[in-house]
Amino acid sequence: MEILEIIRKPWPWYVAGPLIGLTVPILLLLGNKSFGISSALRHICAAAIPANISFFKYDWKKEAWNLFFVAGITLGGFVATFWLANPNTFVISQATQTSLTALGITDFSGLMPADIFSIANIFTLKGLIFFVLGGFLVGFGTRYAGGCTSGHAIMGLSNLQWPSLVATISFMVGGFACTHLLLPFLLQLVK
Amino acid sequence: MGNFNQSSGIDLVSADNNTGIKDDGFDGTNQQQHPEGFASNIKYLIVGILFGIVFVKAEIVSWFRIQEMFRLDSFHMYGVIGSAVVVGLISVQIIKLFKLKTLQDEPISVPDKTFNKGQIYGGILFGIGWAITGACPGPLFAQIGSGFLAIIVTLLSAIAGTWTYGLLRPKLPH
Repeated sequence: MEILEIIRKPWPWYVAGPLIGLTVPILLLLGNKSFGISSALRHICAAAIPANISFFKYDWKKEAWNLFFVAGITLGGFVATFWLANPNTFVISQATQTSLTALGITDFSGLMPADIFSIANIFTLKGLIFFVLGGFLVGFGTRYAGGCTSGHAIMGLSNLQWPSLVATISFMVGGFACTHLLLPFLLQLVK
Repeated sequence: MGNFNQSSGIDLVSADNNTGIKDDGFDGTNQQQHPEGFASNIKYLIVGILFGIVFVKAEIVSWFRIQEMFRLDSFHMYGVIGSAVVVGLISVQIIKLFKLKTLQDEPISVPDKTFNKGQIYGGILFGIGWAITGACPGPLFAQIGSGFLAIIVTLLSAIAGTWTYGLLRPKLPH
């Protein structure tokens, strides 16, 4: 049971990072697949609501592996949370906790702040900003950029693609700007 | 079929007839010639499960970890992404150097990425969404699996965002 105890603890970056990196050669060796997750969203559009838009007119079934992959990620999330859960309390950096407390976040017990990411908030202003607007930007932005953290930052940089470096830098610029300029305003708005 | 120029598979690397914008021939591309059925796709489900477990156990799916990253309060996310890139980079170079083949004995190929301004505009928009939701597309799925069911709304909205991009694509600067 020693091993299970170790697995249950949060995994350090030097374990998780290399495992994520290994996904790149595994997918290439299994079936010539480039690692990239955001395209799954495009295949869902192509399969469900193509609406005669040329961007969604392609044989999405050929790309079905991506849908199996994200279904797996969902199941993996379930397995890790309900069978391999961390028995200890969630640890967050003191500096971040202080900053977020000042912005009105009160719940630091889970992976996601319950102040925001709860079912009860779906039909509120919080839900509109943090679920609807945030999600829209993720879906719109990743496709506009031609990839996300997996497709550009990990797969693209692994293959030494400079456009992926441009994209990765842009992700970080957007994230830093949002965290320090936009988020204080948004959290004030929903206080 | 009119202007339906992509009927024989996702012709990702060629220019789109309608817009002249180069398509993203990179993100999640399937370069395999050999067709795959349901049973064959199960192996990607299994890789996905392992991947989802790593996402949650390393707490990459946490909104707080993303906040720590953008506040430079923790090395964790930089370590994860950085070491993933190093391992991916070494793997791809080994595959290219030894010209490794896939399980189906096909030569491995990774399409090059062509630059367009979308990588800047879209990248910044995604970065903003990343900081708001605390999730990139992969963790969205893992969060839902972890029982954060409100994130289903985020996912649906992300799909709507992708769809809207497809709709507006000819009019957007690239």
